[in-house]
Amino acid sequence: MIEMFSYSFMQRAILVGLLVSLCSSLLGVSLVLRRFSMIGDGLSHVGFGALAIATVFSFSPLIFTIPVVVIAAILILRINEKSKIGSDSAIALISSSSLAIGVMMISYVKGTNTDINNFLFGSLLAVGKNDAYFSIALSLVVLFSYILLYPRLYAVTFDPVFARSASIKADRYTTLLAILSALTIVLGMRMLGSLLISALIIFPCLSAKRVSSTYKGVTILSAAISLAAFMVGITISYQLGTPVGASIVIIHLLVFIILSLFSFIKENIQKKLLLNEQ
Amino acid sequence: MNTLITGKNITLGYEDQIVARNIDFSVSEGDYLCILGDNGAGKSTLVKAILNLHEPLSGELKFSFDRSKIGYLPQRSQIQRDFPSSVYEVVLSGCVNSLKGRFFYSKEDKKRAYENMDKMDIKRLEKQPFALLSGGQQQRVLLARALCAAKKVLLLDEPVAGLDSHTSSELYKTIDDLNNDGMTIIMVTHDVHPAINSASTILHLGKAFFFGAKDDYFSSSVGKRYLEESGHHD
Repeated sequence: MIEMFSYSFMQRAILVGLLVSLCSSLLGVSLVLRRFSMIGDGLSHVGFGALAIATVFSFSPLIFTIPVVVIAAILILRINEKSKIGSDSAIALISSSSLAIGVMMISYVKGTNTDINNFLFGSLLAVGKNDAYFSIALSLVVLFSYILLYPRLYAVTFDPVFARSASIKADRYTTLLAILSALTIVLGMRMLGSLLISALIIFPCLSAKRVSSTYKGVTILSAAISLAAFMVGITISYQLGTPVGASIVIIHLLVFIILSLFSFIKENIQKKLLLNEQ
Repeated sequence: MNTLITGKNITLGYEDQIVARNIDFSVSEGDYLCILGDNGAGKSTLVKAILNLHEPLSGELKFSFDRSKIGYLPQRSQIQRDFPSSVYEVVLSGCVNSLKGRFFYSKEDKKRAYENMDKMDIKRLEKQPFALLSGGQQQRVLLARALCAAKKVLLLDEPVAGLDSHTSSELYKTIDDLNNDGMTIIMVTHDVHPAINSASTILHLGKAFFFGAKDDYFSSSVGKRYLEESGHHD
């Protein structure tokens, strides 16, 4: 098992993966609690489309994908606020259109299916040196903004109207969250797969919510679950040769089921204790 | 008496629809103003205008103090039911308007949060999850948060909506106490009781407009009709 750390491509993958997991779990807390989970899903599909276009036209993947996904993030937020089509259907529209564009691009130009698989479900070998540098920079930005803006982010997440009445520019923080999520998704997408990356945003918060009822608790636990699930997932993937993104998501699913059971049993015991007292 | 808020000839509305027009009112230090009126008369829009969340179509709204220091108690339905948060976290977030250039809450902010939890009699709930509290307790927590934000003025939007009558009268008593301690109260309400018992001035929005002292309101035709419609008999 130790040999898995001796290859430089694995070292890179683990470094990028841990940092992406940390960022996505922190951003996920705010997105999920504000009912914006669908944004993560929508953005990962846009990412797939952009990545396909970049590959076909031999653009640099990061340099082309980042602006496209960031613009999509801002667009989706605007749709969320203003659209007369329900925002969930609008996001679904954008998702499937991007997916279709991506698939058309790849199959028309290359005429094979192999690369589509890697794009959709990820590949460890896709992590380059640039990704490593970029993910270190990004995770520093996410981590610092998250910690420094924590009181404001909490206020905006818990009650955006109250926050705005206290002259906090709630929209700006939402835009910031969406942009940071877009960057995180682009970064994690090629390793973990564009269809699966949004799970890294949504699962940690949902699992943490099962067992913690304070905001701080949910935040810290989300980060811990996300880091642990990544390490277990990538180890399984390395040992059994399973796709890395899917392995990690399966671990997240297991954690979610176990913690749900745990909270269900705990609630029942508490109810029984209350009944006995009466 | 020191005037805190003055509204002159205010027209409220959205792009294609005017909700209320020609509103004149003022709030002085120590006032207890009740905003009454039918649904759709523009009460919530006026609240938004006072909080700077909505720009009046015309007219003038002047403040003699920093309007971000108004302590706002929203309707409880505005808050997500299953949000994971402790009572302390909610109350402390009321201090968000005194952060200014700082990133984190200061010792004074935290002290103020504890003082206000004490005042609202919810200190023992400090570590409890907000989502699991009863309606009355949640309202006290949100009131403590509003107090953390408030320098002089509390703006309460339907504070007793969805509460039983016993819990409501306790909450009204708490609000009276705050007013007696010098806090200026602006309350939007469907309930005629605080208007009768506690208010000093009344602002009535709708087809008929009234602004003035409580006694004048209840002897005016607008006030008499409102009393009748709300089923209140002396």
